[in-house]
Amino acid sequence: MIPKVSILGKMKKQKPNSESNFNNHFDLLSEEIVFSILDYLNDNPIDKKSFSLVCKSFYAIESHHRKILKPLRSEHLTKILSRYPQVNHLDLSLCPRITDSSLTVIASFCKEMLRSINLSRSKFFTHVGLSNLVLNCGNLVEIDLSNATELKDVAAAALAEAKNLEKLLLVRCKSITDIGLGCIAVGCRKLRLLSLRWCLGVGDLGVGLIAVKCKEIRCLDLSYLPITNECLSSISKLQYLEDLVLEGCYGIDDDSLASLKQGCKSLKALDMSSCQNVSHVGLSSLTSSAECLQQLILAYGSPVTSAVADSLQKLSRLRSVKLDGCQVTCSGLKAIGNWCVSLRELSLSKCLGVTDEGLCSLVTKHKDLTKLDITCCRKITHVSISHITNSCASLTSLRMESCTLVPREAFVLIGQRCQYLEELDLTDNEIDDEGLKSISKCARLSSLKLGICLNITDHGLTHIGMCCSNLKELDLYRSAGISDLGILAIARGCVGLEMINIAYCNRITDGSFISLSKCSKLNTLESRSCPLVTSFGLAAVTVGCKQLTKLDIKNCRNIDDAGMIPLAHFSLNLKQINLSYTSVTDVGLLSLASISSLQNITILHLKGLSPGGLGAALLACGGLTKVKLQTSFKPLLPQPLLQHLEARGCVFQWREKPFQAEVDPICWKIQLDNLDED
Amino acid sequence: MDPDDSLSEDPWTKPSSSGNELLKIMPSDNHSFTNFNLHAQKWEGSSYLDQQTRIEQQFSGFTQPKQTYQMDQHGNQMNENNDSTSTKDWDPSTLLNNLSFLEQKIHQLQELVHLIVGRRGQTGLQGNDLIVQQQQLITADLTSIIVQLVSTAGSLLPTMKHTLSSVSPVASQLVQFGCVTVPSATCTNGGGLPCNDGGVTKVEDQSNHVDQLRDCGIEQNHAVDGHESKDEDEAEEEENLPPGSYEILQLEKEEILAPHTHFCTICGKGFKRDANLRMHMRGHGDEYKTPAALAKPHKEPSSEPTLIKRYSCPNVGCKRNKEHKKFQPLKTILCVKNHYKRTHCEKAYTCSRCNIKKFSVIADLKTHEKHCGKDKWLCSCGTTFSRKDKLFGHIALFQGHTPAVPLDETKGSAGTSDQGQTSEVTMKARREDFKVNASHGNEFQDPRDIKSAADDPGSYFSPLNFDTSNLNGFQEFPRPPFDESDSSFSFLLSGSCEYPPHKAAKYMSSTELE
Repeated sequence: MIPKVSILGKMKKQKPNSESNFNNHFDLLSEEIVFSILDYLNDNPIDKKSFSLVCKSFYAIESHHRKILKPLRSEHLTKILSRYPQVNHLDLSLCPRITDSSLTVIASFCKEMLRSINLSRSKFFTHVGLSNLVLNCGNLVEIDLSNATELKDVAAAALAEAKNLEKLLLVRCKSITDIGLGCIAVGCRKLRLLSLRWCLGVGDLGVGLIAVKCKEIRCLDLSYLPITNECLSSISKLQYLEDLVLEGCYGIDDDSLASLKQGCKSLKALDMSSCQNVSHVGLSSLTSSAECLQQLILAYGSPVTSAVADSLQKLSRLRSVKLDGCQVTCSGLKAIGNWCVSLRELSLSKCLGVTDEGLCSLVTKHKDLTKLDITCCRKITHVSISHITNSCASLTSLRMESCTLVPREAFVLIGQRCQYLEELDLTDNEIDDEGLKSISKCARLSSLKLGICLNITDHGLTHIGMCCSNLKELDLYRSAGISDLGILAIARGCVGLEMINIAYCNRITDGSFISLSKCSKLNTLESRSCPLVTSFGLAAVTVGCKQLTKLDIKNCRNIDDAGMIPLAHFSLNLKQINLSYTSVTDVGLLSLASISSLQNITILHLKGLSPGGLGAALLACGGLTKVKLQTSFKPLLPQPLLQHLEARGCVFQWREKPFQAEVDPICWKIQLDNLDED
Repeated sequence: MDPDDSLSEDPWTKPSSSGNELLKIMPSDNHSFTNFNLHAQKWEGSSYLDQQTRIEQQFSGFTQPKQTYQMDQHGNQMNENNDSTSTKDWDPSTLLNNLSFLEQKIHQLQELVHLIVGRRGQTGLQGNDLIVQQQQLITADLTSIIVQLVSTAGSLLPTMKHTLSSVSPVASQLVQFGCVTVPSATCTNGGGLPCNDGGVTKVEDQSNHVDQLRDCGIEQNHAVDGHESKDEDEAEEEENLPPGSYEILQLEKEEILAPHTHFCTICGKGFKRDANLRMHMRGHGDEYKTPAALAKPHKEPSSEPTLIKRYSCPNVGCKRNKEHKKFQPLKTILCVKNHYKRTHCEKAYTCSRCNIKKFSVIADLKTHEKHCGKDKWLCSCGTTFSRKDKLFGHIALFQGHTPAVPLDETKGSAGTSDQGQTSEVTMKARREDFKVNASHGNEFQDPRDIKSAADDPGSYFSPLNFDTSNLNGFQEFPRPPFDESDSSFSFLLSGSCEYPPHKAAKYMSSTELE
């Protein structure tokens, strides 16, 4: 390895010059060992940066170590690509502006090294750049071109030159038609994964040709395509197809599934969400063909009756079923209970017609359930919860948002019986401190959602903080009973906390923020409408939580420019911020320009904002991709400035929201309930 | 009782007709008829297969009316001979099969030449090789047909010898047998007729029965002739009239291109048709109104043998010119006109739909215009389809064929890409572009240069592009030697050369500005 020699050479050269007596221990380590040390520096991107800044040899080691690059700006591509010659995966999803010349630069630097590129968030490139890239980087295995809505068949034809391509994502490439897809089918024979979700220009012929030419396909996403029976018969002949997504394909009906009968022996996962023309007749034909099926998603489809459930009975390897949003009958649920297999995952989210009787008979049979989603099953009561907790002791995930008839006593059972829970969604439920105390026994809990739980207080939350040390995600949205004490307990107990939502908890003060500053891994903080929080609290968080990427301080009126300056200084990873209704002015906004990773900014109803200051700030924030602004600013900003920003890849969302006064959380809940009753 | 039974012997077991050998010697081996087919396949490539099988099917079947016709002809003349020759198992149905096969064969050749002519009409310039190849192909086919014919006739020989003592009666009998009036020139010409095919000459040299063979050949030709006479196009040029068996007429260029051929002797007005002239003549006086004057001019009495008329193109060097060593005569005046216009005249009529295809015969233009634009689905191999699903079926069937991206789209999409460049773009971005340009001069500029060079948008569809330009991947597609006509729509591959020049220029200037 040539690089190694040169690095060691450099190190030796440096030694006698600078510190001849000091023995550099890193000299004793081979490059491979240093590389494997570097492999562990993944938590914070800044760590590797610091490493490379130590000395020239470290710099060289680091630049030869890095394989994955996710640059913020396309302007520096030349520099970074010459610095990192070993890069094989290039993620450009943070660069809104990638032109043909950018792609040419990438093509000329990376050449055969490049194996994977992500262009899903980039605009401004055409088939010319794409063709250049594909022709120069012959080893490209993976390309993500999602959201390239402007790309046409010519670009697809250019892509077809990537003979080694195995993964291709073309989500929302609406201008590509059968012709372009045909080129890809002929050119990229090694494709294993292809996503054509929302490629509305593609129909039976293109998909059919893919099935004929690309025999290696494992995963095929055909969601929302106007396809019919015709292409399905050729798809069924794909030998290795494991994952087929047919979400929202309205042209698919029972006859189509009948044509699947001959093949699809390898199919493991099938998604037929929103396929309203598929009934139990079609599903029963699945049982004879797709014997290996493990996952079946029939969300938002035809009603789940006993006939449907019976038709799936023979799928002996089924592990996961999702029936979200379907009309479900009691007999249907009972029939699912009679299946010979024992399901691991079941989702009945937003299913109408889920009753205690049906659900109980189901869960008593499927004792091995690890994931259960009964979101918005509003008819179930403590009977169901009692049965679920009784039979499914191994549950790791339970989502039961808005099961409004479940009384507060029932939640105690969850904590007592399901101790392996890792994810628990109790949003909008009657749970109280007793329930929380019981749930705190689930020591593995990593995600807990307690939004709109008006019965909980600091007392219950303290139990969680004391026992659930693995908690990473905590949602306390509009749980108005929570104050600084509860947050303090969480911040002390759950040092690994990554995401917290304390929006509309109007008793929260700077104290909570100061305690949260101990959670060094915190990346998402939502604290809308916490009027007692000031810039001081925010400053504390920014100093402590260096990884902060999303910050929502909308309507925290006591936060002003004094909070922005430390934010700009410390939160170098910040990507998204909502400053609406705060007291931030031109100065604060302008200071944010120093955060180079800032992409998404929402600034509605900032009283202290002038058109000039806004313009300067927008111009200074080079990486902006999305800005939400009041419509009133539109005529006040110079047109060339807006054009310039749009050319950089920034999208403006103009809003004409009237100024809203804040409502008390309890009043809000009452209002919500009244709305429901209407 | 079938009189033809008297003519014995299965003809196809004795003489044969396999391509190369036949060019050298009169076959005496036992090649069967299928052999012939195999050779034909070899000559015409794989695309021919389906046609071939079709022919074989027809060949094995009987064409009933034909047979009766033959019987009638034989009836009168040969009745007295049947008893003496009935011992030999000569099968008339075999002969008929052979004849109908030959007919098919000639038809195919005719189609082939149609294609060649059509192609020649479109792709003005073409490599010499191609023409030579085509000629060779046709010559080979013709040779095999002739040889086949000779051997067919040869099968009759033993019976002939048996029944007829002298040579001259054979000739006359055969002539009547085929219901042909043999031109006197043929009869007087003797054995060493100049022949337009080497193979046949040799065959004749080695044959013991030159005269019979030759006459049989004439007979056969006539049968073909009568069959196809309704078809007026020049493409049935491949009739095998032995040279000298017809009269050669050569019209002058002016004569050919003259819009009218029938002129009023009184006022001088010209007409394309005689009938129209006769209608016109009525205006010149009552004497032209009589039924006799209006009627079609009386035909020559058929009893008198007339020499077949064939035409020569006035353009020296043309294969249709009588000076050419492989001269192929033209059959009618219309053929002469169409041939001359198509081959030697400017293509003045441009298709108003595509503005690409040009024609010198207005009928050709009209035929094209009927279909122009309908075949909008184009494969990279140049084949067009009127239906998208047919294109995709074609692509699914063949390896390496790709759907071609329509031209208008390639233009359209390029236009959108330079929004950012033309509007007031960030100075930074531009500077960056420039830097990149400067630091990686070669790699960066190369592809674009190539593109702009190869970038005359008009040239995509120009026929010139077809053979001369090296569009990448062209060689990948095995083309049948005579594919149908639209191949001059040169295909667009992989979007690599659709970079319109105006865009390229724009881009270059925007980077050079800095």
